[in-house]
Amino acid sequence: MAKHKTPLLDQLESGPWPSFVSDIKQEIEHRYANPKGVDYQVPAECPDDLLGLLELSYVDGETHWKHGGIVGVFGYGGGVIGRYCDQPQKFPGVAHFHTIRVAQPSGMFYTTEFLRQLCDLWELRGSGLTNMHGATGDIVLIGTSTPQLEEVFHELTHKMNNDLGGSGSNLRTPACCLGESRCEYACYDTQELCYQLTQEYQDELHRPAFPYKFKFKFDGCPNGCVAAIARSDMSFLGTWRDEIRVDQKTVAAYVGGEIAPNAGAHAGRDWGKFDIQKEVVDLCPSGCMRYENGKLEINDKECVRCMHCICVMPRALKIGNDRGCSILIGAKAPILDGPQMGSLTIPFIKVEEPYDEIKEFIESVWDWWMEEGKNRERIGETLKRLGFAKLLEVTGIKADPRHVQEPRHNPYIFWKEEDVKGGWQREISDYRVKHQR
Amino acid sequence: MAFLEYKGKKFEVDEDGFLLKFEEWSPEWVEYIKESEGIPTITENHQKVIDFLQDYYKKNGIAPMVRILSKITGYKLKEIYELFPSGPGKGACKMAGLPKPTGCV
Repeated sequence: MAKHKTPLLDQLESGPWPSFVSDIKQEIEHRYANPKGVDYQVPAECPDDLLGLLELSYVDGETHWKHGGIVGVFGYGGGVIGRYCDQPQKFPGVAHFHTIRVAQPSGMFYTTEFLRQLCDLWELRGSGLTNMHGATGDIVLIGTSTPQLEEVFHELTHKMNNDLGGSGSNLRTPACCLGESRCEYACYDTQELCYQLTQEYQDELHRPAFPYKFKFKFDGCPNGCVAAIARSDMSFLGTWRDEIRVDQKTVAAYVGGEIAPNAGAHAGRDWGKFDIQKEVVDLCPSGCMRYENGKLEINDKECVRCMHCICVMPRALKIGNDRGCSILIGAKAPILDGPQMGSLTIPFIKVEEPYDEIKEFIESVWDWWMEEGKNRERIGETLKRLGFAKLLEVTGIKADPRHVQEPRHNPYIFWKEEDVKGGWQREISDYRVKHQR
Repeated sequence: MAFLEYKGKKFEVDEDGFLLKFEEWSPEWVEYIKESEGIPTITENHQKVIDFLQDYYKKNGIAPMVRILSKITGYKLKEIYELFPSGPGKGACKMAGLPKPTGCV
């Protein structure tokens, strides 16, 4: 039986949504019963004390974790988030409650064999509680003690051939949408690029060498299923640069009501009969579509590849065949100088193994930011401080109208001295010859 | 918080083994924690890193960025990890007696 009374948390066991309280209680009972006779390396009462501590926080309306925590494994500068409870006498099971970030496979496809092995490891050496997955993508093993860190790391690497994820001022664990594995919109193999770049930059991931954190995310198309544009310092967004492939016969089937629009995503409510003019043509942001005499035409030169028409009629409209990705830079949360989403830096780049062009770009960005970035300054903030033009200069990219949503409206324009005839060296006496004081 | 004693010196440390007071640092401290940081013997190279961290901290009131540590000592990050297996923060800063690194780590 659980040792703490948790009347407030107990209320969260009702209702239809899966209750984290019920689940933790199940793990508490399981650890006390210990049917497999596991020699628990952290207190069996660990999840029990976690609920007790959480209940106390519900009563107080305050957290009961101490500030910070610096633990880890030899060789790495990150991967583990140290944490200590501020009531260790009352809740000894969570006196140490460190979190281990474990590198996840791209797209998060698993076999039960792998997950069972990981659970066996965590049952023995941890709390039995996890987060599947952290917002950055990692498998998160929640709650263990300092002496278990090297043990978990040893078993992960030696028996499971798996590594830790990233934390600290470094490259964090990259993540991607499931891409070509199960999506017809994917413009490149997001999982493969995510995997290859993760491997390529292992050093940058495990040993903090940056001014601050840096994240990669890979979206197969502009739908943004991994939210790269909002949650990664460098976002890779799939796109194409030729024509949308239109299958007129299938368009007719949509118009005829044989196929549900948006693959039936709005089937929960009666929106009336599908109206291609209203739901597709009139909603196109660049107004580059026309539906006349039963034929759908797209002026691809004006198309901004927003995905709307393709999403409404996935069986009739397909992404083009000349595919690649756009790269955007600078997304970050509000701290310190306000939230940012990624800014378009490379409008189109081919995604082809061994990704040399992409790597060259990444490294030129890092070289610059590692040298110029201030302590704890995200690259989005470095961009604001030193200017977008500087990024173009250091990466050797030519300025392009697509780099801006609109041109500047203020006239505070800097010129380079070499671009101005006569330069900056002027003598006031020469000026005074023509202009009296 | 706990008190440790080693060779007649007393050190007050937190859970992560960082000194609570920079002023309590003494060469014995380095001697005492080197094993737990995976360092068999303290070499001149270790000392050079520790000395620089302490000088920088006394002058600036913060630990230097990794880039600055590398630049001034001349050790690449890889070499710093060879010297201090838990890295510049958890390893070298702890040995130098600097406060625990904070933030989103």
